[in-house]
Amino acid sequence: MIALDHAGLDTYYVVHLPEADDFDFWREHARALVQCAVPPDRIAWVEPGGSGDLFAQGERHMPVAPAEAKPVRANRRFVSLARNAILHSDPERFALLYRLLWRLQANPRIMEDKADTDVRQVEELAKNVRRDSHKMHAFVRFRLVESGEEEEAGEHYVAWFEPEHHILRANAGFFMRRFSNMRWSILTPRGSLHWDGATMSEGPPAQRSDAPQGDPTEDLWRSYYASIFNPARLKVGAMLKEMPKKYWKNMPEAALIPELIAGAQNREAAMVEKGKSVFSGEFEDRPDTLEAIDKAIHACRKCPIGRLDNHAVMGEGPRDAALMIVGEQPGDHEDQTGRPFVGPAGKLLDQHLDQAGIDRCSAYLTNAVKHFKYVPKIVRGGKRRLHQNPQAKEIDTCRWWIESERAIVRPKLVLAMGASAARGLLGRTVSISKVRGAPIPLEDGSELWVTAHPSYLLRLDGPAREEQARLFDADLAAVKARLGEVSG
Amino acid sequence: MAARTVLQKLEILADAAKYDASCASSGTAKRNSMGGKGIGSTEGMGICHAYAPDGRCISLLKILLTNHCIFDCHYCVNRKSSNVARARFTPQEVVDLTLAFYRRNYIEGLFLSSGIVKSSNHTMEQLVEVARILREEHDFHGYIHLKTIPEADPEIVHQAGLYADRVSINVELPTDSGLNRLAPDKNAAQIEGAMGKVKADLVEAKDAKKRFKHAPRFAPAGQSTQMIVGADAATDSDIVGKASRLYDSFKLRRVYYSAFSPIPDASAVLPLKRPPLIREHRLYQSDWLMRFYGYRPDEVMQATEADGNLPLDIDPKLAWALKFREQFPVDVNRASKEQMLRVPGLGVKAVGKILASRRHRALRLDDVARLTLSITKVRPFICTVDWRPVLLTDRADLRRLVAPKTEQLELFAA
Repeated sequence: MIALDHAGLDTYYVVHLPEADDFDFWREHARALVQCAVPPDRIAWVEPGGSGDLFAQGERHMPVAPAEAKPVRANRRFVSLARNAILHSDPERFALLYRLLWRLQANPRIMEDKADTDVRQVEELAKNVRRDSHKMHAFVRFRLVESGEEEEAGEHYVAWFEPEHHILRANAGFFMRRFSNMRWSILTPRGSLHWDGATMSEGPPAQRSDAPQGDPTEDLWRSYYASIFNPARLKVGAMLKEMPKKYWKNMPEAALIPELIAGAQNREAAMVEKGKSVFSGEFEDRPDTLEAIDKAIHACRKCPIGRLDNHAVMGEGPRDAALMIVGEQPGDHEDQTGRPFVGPAGKLLDQHLDQAGIDRCSAYLTNAVKHFKYVPKIVRGGKRRLHQNPQAKEIDTCRWWIESERAIVRPKLVLAMGASAARGLLGRTVSISKVRGAPIPLEDGSELWVTAHPSYLLRLDGPAREEQARLFDADLAAVKARLGEVSG
Repeated sequence: MAARTVLQKLEILADAAKYDASCASSGTAKRNSMGGKGIGSTEGMGICHAYAPDGRCISLLKILLTNHCIFDCHYCVNRKSSNVARARFTPQEVVDLTLAFYRRNYIEGLFLSSGIVKSSNHTMEQLVEVARILREEHDFHGYIHLKTIPEADPEIVHQAGLYADRVSINVELPTDSGLNRLAPDKNAAQIEGAMGKVKADLVEAKDAKKRFKHAPRFAPAGQSTQMIVGADAATDSDIVGKASRLYDSFKLRRVYYSAFSPIPDASAVLPLKRPPLIREHRLYQSDWLMRFYGYRPDEVMQATEADGNLPLDIDPKLAWALKFREQFPVDVNRASKEQMLRVPGLGVKAVGKILASRRHRALRLDDVARLTLSITKVRPFICTVDWRPVLLTDRADLRRLVAPKTEQLELFAA
């Protein structure tokens, strides 16, 4: 190397930076030093408050570059990385960047060599700074201060934040563009920023006690944070990776985290337990014979109906019946005899089946709900059990059994009588007047026909009864006709 | 009953919204509030303002307008037949909450969805009204994601796209039979029809923007959808196939997966136990393989096991590599970008760095180690000037050697 007159090989230089984040100052001085061929190990870079003055006798005056010195090369990649890396709190950053700039003169493509140690280190610094900036965008929390007096009256939003690196000034623009019509201040231990809606000003380092201590809206925010958390998916590690504990102290919601984690497993267990009491775990094996179903429904306590004083009533009919007739639930008679459709409604059904020419013995008769739901009532002469409609949820719970029966009998047609029966087959509540008279295809290829429940007819009189009986007969006739088509 | 306070409503309606996985606030048009009268900015990158202990990012105020619903979808905590507490916000209350949170830098914007009340059109109009007040009356420049209702009138859905950054319609379940069974009020054809309409609107708005500078924007962050995993019997193969078809047909930005999780007051036809959360994670990994690593859907399906599901103990990329060992080792000094993207343990960034570095030096194993997170995972599948793993790929116990230890999986199972 050619030793230049004004930069002897034995000269050391000390550069004092006016601000820890002053990239332009660094660039100007680095450029001059490279032009004077001052090697990296001859320079000490000292930031404000720094103690990097290794060379007590160092030259504080900058060398002057010779007029014929070559321009200093620095590609765009280097400059953009350096702009970020210089904001890092590592006191070695200036020297590292100078060393890389120095090497860049000899090898202009060095930035592409990602396996180079200096390149990697600078990239690492820049990455940490970008992350710190990103976390600042994310975790700054403003608190509202109402100042009612003076000309500055109005809302003022103030935040306290502790960045790891010298990123405050570099991120002023982000907050200005976002909150351009708000009056806000961001206070940090490294300095503060104030925006009044038109101009940005800088202030001295601040303390936490300079910032407001609370904001009523934080109650809403905390309650949102607690509610949006799903206790069934606890992943504490994933949270900590993105929101390390060092940020927690300045985030109002973070105080909730320990109790949310502690409560999570209990909450999930409670949810599952609560579920268990009312529904069966699906994917438990379906019984594969009608006898097994018969046995299982007698033991079924999966909904509150099963826990009343009653007996399950199993469906009856041929195992290969082409027609399955489904009612709502057993009544008082059925509960006592253990057979479906033997009470008043069953008798009425028999008459209408006769008229339609459907042989009851060739059909499989069953109910959407297997147990009798009732309320006990004291009447003259003793106690009676008054029929009660099953709830949608109870029908859905019992759907497991009707599906098991269908899987074994495999009827071509299913006739659902009443809205409860239709729900047991479809999983949704339909209006009978809208769906009657036409088949609804079921998943297994069979057809569902829906009609009224015969007990509905029993509750009517006069012309209304006649009208409903006519509709009921028409439905049965249609089923009879369709049965001929699908069986033939 | 006394009227609920905003705080009580927020608790109910945020709780009801948490089963929607998406919280993204990225990829929309850049804008800010300078020169306007309101607040807000979007600068391309999304920002996660907090993380909940479930590891999920909180970027948006994600709530329902109401959890009253006339539909009865079995997997949904808000279905008509569920006994959960119900609440309803007015559009103005949602606007006030959004602005109060935004001013304090809690959120990037709003993700608003709703149960269906009165009618689909009425509900959709209410959602659009919230977005309209925010944009027009408060000059709000933050992010808005509106859930759209497939049954609603296309004209109202179009309005939603004019105010929102992103619109989404959930396909809910990977198979039509699953949908029929678990969401009897919904209709697969209708959902896909609505997504098709949104896609057409997106294409048209983009086209108009090319020709007219001031053409209105339509959902600049595009559309997305969500599928529930583990509530029906669909395999990972079914799910990957469905997702890739959705990406192709509807130009979706994202397909989100949501592992079915036990909900309070669950319906009788649902599984009691949740699927392992790791399954959802594996599906996201397969999604990444298709979006960023050049895998075709049928190649991802090749990574599944005999039952059609992706292995849970190893990631799908490693599973694929173990099935197609003849493709390895890959010479990092010569191989194409596409070949290197198939190496387990090499991500898109690492491959970029290798490609840039190898112009300057013949890469040795320790060079590669500096460019990747874990050389141990990568080593069996690559060669460098000083390394060739001839024996390793022939070893029958390779899977055991490279698979992560089972204790690590417990992190996800927690």
